[in-house]
Amino acid sequence: MRDNTVLEMTGIDKIFPGVKALQNVDFSLNKGEIHALMGENGAGKSTLIKVLTGVYEKDGGHIYLAGQEKEVQIKSPQDAQNLGISTVYQEITLCPNLTVAENMFIGRTEGVIQKWGWMNKRTNEILKSLDIPASATQQLDTCSLAIQQMIAIARAVDMDCRVLILDEPTSSLDEHEVEKLFKLMRDLKAKGVGIIFVTHFLDQVYEVCDRITVLRDGRLVGAYDIAELPRVKLVAKMLGKEMDDMADLKGDAVSFTAQENSVPVYEAQGLCSNAGIKPFDFHISKGEVNGFTGLLGSGRSESVRAIFGADHVTGGKVKMKGKEVKIHEPIDAMKNGIAYLSEDRKGDGIIADLSVRENIILASQVLKGPLKPYSKSEQIRIAKEYIDLLSIKTASTETPIGSLSGGNQQKVILARWLLTHPEYLILDEPTRGIDIGTKVDIQKLVLKLAGEGMSVTFISSEIDEMLRTCSRLVVMRDGKKVGEIQGEDLNQESIMKTIAGGEEE
Amino acid sequence: MNNEKKVFSLSGLLHHQLFIPVTALVLLAVFNLIMDPSFFSIQMGLNSEGNHILQGYLITILDYGSELAILAIGMTLVTAASGGQDISVGATVAIAGSVILRLLCGASAREPELQMPIILAFLIAVAVSMVFGAFNGTLVAVFRIQPMVATLIMYTAGRSIAAWINHNQLPIVTDKSYSLFGTIIPGIPIPTPFFIAALCVTAIMLVLRFSTLGLYVQSVGINEKAAKLNGINPVAVKILTFVILGMCVAVVGLIKTSRLCTINYSVIAKDIEMDAILAVALGGNALSGGKFNMWASVLGAYAIQFLTTTLYKYQVSSDALPAYKAVVVILLVIFSAPSVREKMAAISQRREARKNAGKEAA
Amino acid sequence: MKKKVLVALLAGAMVMSMTACGAKKDDAPAASAAAEETAEAGEEKEEAAEAPEASGELIKVGIINNDPSESGYRTANVADFEKTFTEENGYEVVEKFYSLKNDEQIAAAQNMIQEGIDYLLLSAAETTGWDTVLKDAQDNGIDVILFDRTIDASEDLYVASVVSDMAKEGETAVGWLADQGLDEYKVIHIQGVMGSSAQIGRSGALTSKADAEANWTIVEEQTAEWNAEKAQQIVEAVIARGDEFNVIYAENDDMAKGAVAALDAHNISHGVDGDVVVMGFDCNKWALQELLDGNWNYDGQCNPFQAGTIDGIIKDLMAGNVPAEKTVIMEEKGFDASSITEDDVNTYGI
Repeated sequence: MRDNTVLEMTGIDKIFPGVKALQNVDFSLNKGEIHALMGENGAGKSTLIKVLTGVYEKDGGHIYLAGQEKEVQIKSPQDAQNLGISTVYQEITLCPNLTVAENMFIGRTEGVIQKWGWMNKRTNEILKSLDIPASATQQLDTCSLAIQQMIAIARAVDMDCRVLILDEPTSSLDEHEVEKLFKLMRDLKAKGVGIIFVTHFLDQVYEVCDRITVLRDGRLVGAYDIAELPRVKLVAKMLGKEMDDMADLKGDAVSFTAQENSVPVYEAQGLCSNAGIKPFDFHISKGEVNGFTGLLGSGRSESVRAIFGADHVTGGKVKMKGKEVKIHEPIDAMKNGIAYLSEDRKGDGIIADLSVRENIILASQVLKGPLKPYSKSEQIRIAKEYIDLLSIKTASTETPIGSLSGGNQQKVILARWLLTHPEYLILDEPTRGIDIGTKVDIQKLVLKLAGEGMSVTFISSEIDEMLRTCSRLVVMRDGKKVGEIQGEDLNQESIMKTIAGGEEE
Repeated sequence: MNNEKKVFSLSGLLHHQLFIPVTALVLLAVFNLIMDPSFFSIQMGLNSEGNHILQGYLITILDYGSELAILAIGMTLVTAASGGQDISVGATVAIAGSVILRLLCGASAREPELQMPIILAFLIAVAVSMVFGAFNGTLVAVFRIQPMVATLIMYTAGRSIAAWINHNQLPIVTDKSYSLFGTIIPGIPIPTPFFIAALCVTAIMLVLRFSTLGLYVQSVGINEKAAKLNGINPVAVKILTFVILGMCVAVVGLIKTSRLCTINYSVIAKDIEMDAILAVALGGNALSGGKFNMWASVLGAYAIQFLTTTLYKYQVSSDALPAYKAVVVILLVIFSAPSVREKMAAISQRREARKNAGKEAA
Repeated sequence: MKKKVLVALLAGAMVMSMTACGAKKDDAPAASAAAEETAEAGEEKEEAAEAPEASGELIKVGIINNDPSESGYRTANVADFEKTFTEENGYEVVEKFYSLKNDEQIAAAQNMIQEGIDYLLLSAAETTGWDTVLKDAQDNGIDVILFDRTIDASEDLYVASVVSDMAKEGETAVGWLADQGLDEYKVIHIQGVMGSSAQIGRSGALTSKADAEANWTIVEEQTAEWNAEKAQQIVEAVIARGDEFNVIYAENDDMAKGAVAALDAHNISHGVDGDVVVMGFDCNKWALQELLDGNWNYDGQCNPFQAGTIDGIIKDLMAGNVPAEKTVIMEEKGFDASSITEDDVNTYGI
């Protein structure tokens, strides 16, 4: 081990029945470095991290830590913790109803006597040193998600961690929050902590990381200094091919002109719901792809939920192809040919324990009615058809959807809604947390569907992605529709301006 | 990375669900075979009316297990949809039974003639039970009260309501035809409850086959929000499961009161809810809701009765029965605990891996 | 105002307790002090308390019983009280409370004491936990009369206890059985809820007899918890096991009925001239009818009609006569299938 290395993993193997999840993978982490671990879903990132944190036992290879002469054996998460390896997951694993200080020290106090005063004082010191705007006595769930994440990190740091693993920490944070998190990461880096950063956001990798290790199909592709590896090359390494697909999607802004005299497929006036959005107008024409954009919490998701009747609609007039309709419940929207892929895939998208087959036919089945079930053979036929169509990677139609990777889960949900043959498809963050290959697939699919005459509303937190697909963007801020951008104005700069809007004026 | 594991056990998924109740039945059978093979003997005998009837422990199990099996059907659906259990079924069986007897015996409780056709009285009892089911279901689905807490109301009040329906009288049906449902039909030597249970099981299997009930119930149980976004009305589905349980309860009320042609409000179907819940659990269905397997629950019900009858055979005091059942519950809970399952999965994984490695080497 | 009424009540109650229970050595000093202070009010009350009937006032009673749905016995018991304690008979039932839960009963009793009653008639759900509330009643000059069930408390706390002697019921029944002169007694003993006074009393006689006699064997002894169906399953199990038996001793009618259902299913004759002697308890009307039809052999009475006896005790107390014996045992019969009449069924059936 070199002097400045804090962690060295060599020749790591991990075998699951039928699958070699990791084969001879090397990984090294330096002191005071932010190291991105990249790879498509299924590349072996999470397996490697689980081996490192003692969730899985490795089947081969060695792990060395600075300060330990011999190789270390990590048999349980507790071992990992004792060796100074801490993990902060995407989902916060703290207790929301305890105070910040209690969360900092939970499970770490010795003996039964709690030194409350000391605990609070020490917590405030840590918070201050890391510049985290929270107070020790505050209840955790009164903090924003980002702050909670930072507190989880602070907790790890205070436990003398030398290797900090951040697993998709930014996926539920908005830009400001991400900035704060990056600042914290840089501070820790300066203090000599080695950070392993797992993320899907390429921008973030290039903003904050020093080195990148790329995995593919359970094997090491290579480790690179960030300067040596431009984005296109990184993507190519992750996918294992040159990225023509990405190039396909690049180019000029998408334009769309509705046919003359055509009635919009969907049209709303003064639509609002109890989820805190102000009345807004909106329409979409046949074959059009448009989008809602805005910061997280700006009401972009709530807007489309109101369209679909997913929240309680409190007012507004809705017309489908010129005819006034009432949409109070999702089923009303479905009957009118609207489909909605929700933002929270785990929370309200997949039915985790049910099979891929059942998940695909669900919405279509509901539309057909409770007394006209698809026969089992029909279900299998349909499921197979869509598995092929969207190249969903699943062992069989009967595999529980919960055991698929995120991207494949998303494709199953997409299949579910395509099966209802909607006229108007709403996709809320369909590409979040999934690998690049699938992202591109989904973007291409959206354009193809629109080409076939389907109207699509596409929401993404990556503006690039929206620009590649949408011909018109509705901009939301604080639950209000603040603008609509199309044509020549449709570029990053004008969008940013509209989003930022009031603050500058 | 557990998709690989799932793939591997996939072929035996249904198998896996039935594994627990079948194992329980086999264990009990083997135990009895070793202790006393005469447990399995069945003789043809005569009852006091001169009708042929099959006799033996297995017939007793078939007889009483059938009541449980009927309740297990409804309980399985309620459990799957709401992730909780109805603990009021014993009390509502009393209500259903009381309604039937009130209608058959009239206000004086001693009318010698049946006051209305049995089938009509039964259908009215079914309707009443469905109303009580809907009441429980509404508390659970609309007011979002924990199922056990919501049904605590009927658990407490049910037997008093049952007594009130008959003005605290003890009605007795003197017409012999009423006893057919709980004993035997002349000429058929197998207890009627078995046929009634077979009918109920067939009915629910047809419903599950020719409607989307199973898909809806499981969707609501696994992810209510997602179900709603797919156009399912979770409130209606949950209430429906309680209403179906109500129908099952009425059928059991008929069987129970038919056995003796009378009712004892405070003890009829006492603690049956625990056996019914246990049947669902023994069927390998998660008591926290979600996926279910109806056959497994039905087998679970007969397994419970197998246990009860075995204990009776060995003269275990019926006081002590709950203690033995508690042992079963403990075993079930332990085996279904996530940590134990993970460990077991890990063990089988390792074995699979070794096998694969062996194959590759070869 | 409220306070004055309370004081008056206390005073009156104290005087009453003296007349009722005989001279108590030392009553609560606070109460006597209160009595002196409001002597006037106390006198008024005293009059009322001493001769309510004469002055046309009603005797205020509070009744606490178990829930009528508990059993046929209880239904008859509750109905008997409701029939006896009426305005025509000179009573005002201030409050009645039926529950199978001891703590609810205790709370109801406290409530009644506060509302002001002359007599508390109590059939306690459990034998323990009553000391404090009965002391309260005594301090308030309320006489407590227990019926049907006794409690674990000092005898001083109640004036009378009208109960069935379950042990005697058992002895009568076992005596009757011994008189049948069978060569051998092979008994299936189906017990009630273990630990209940009826179970203890009715089991005791049979157990000691079986221990003493060589030709008496207990084939099976099981609790069916008063439940007909459990009794049926127990007997089914004995039959399936192939054990011989010729007596079913069921500690209540429901369980006897369940046992008979099992016999019927296996074509085993029972009752008069049958192979198996069937014995039950409680004298439900339908059970006596079974006796009359010769399907059963014996039914022991557990007399639920205590209200008349209690009425007599209260009237005696009002007249200043303290009952000679605190514990009054109800007269109870045992009916034999060979001698029972239609009249018996109608008179004693509950």
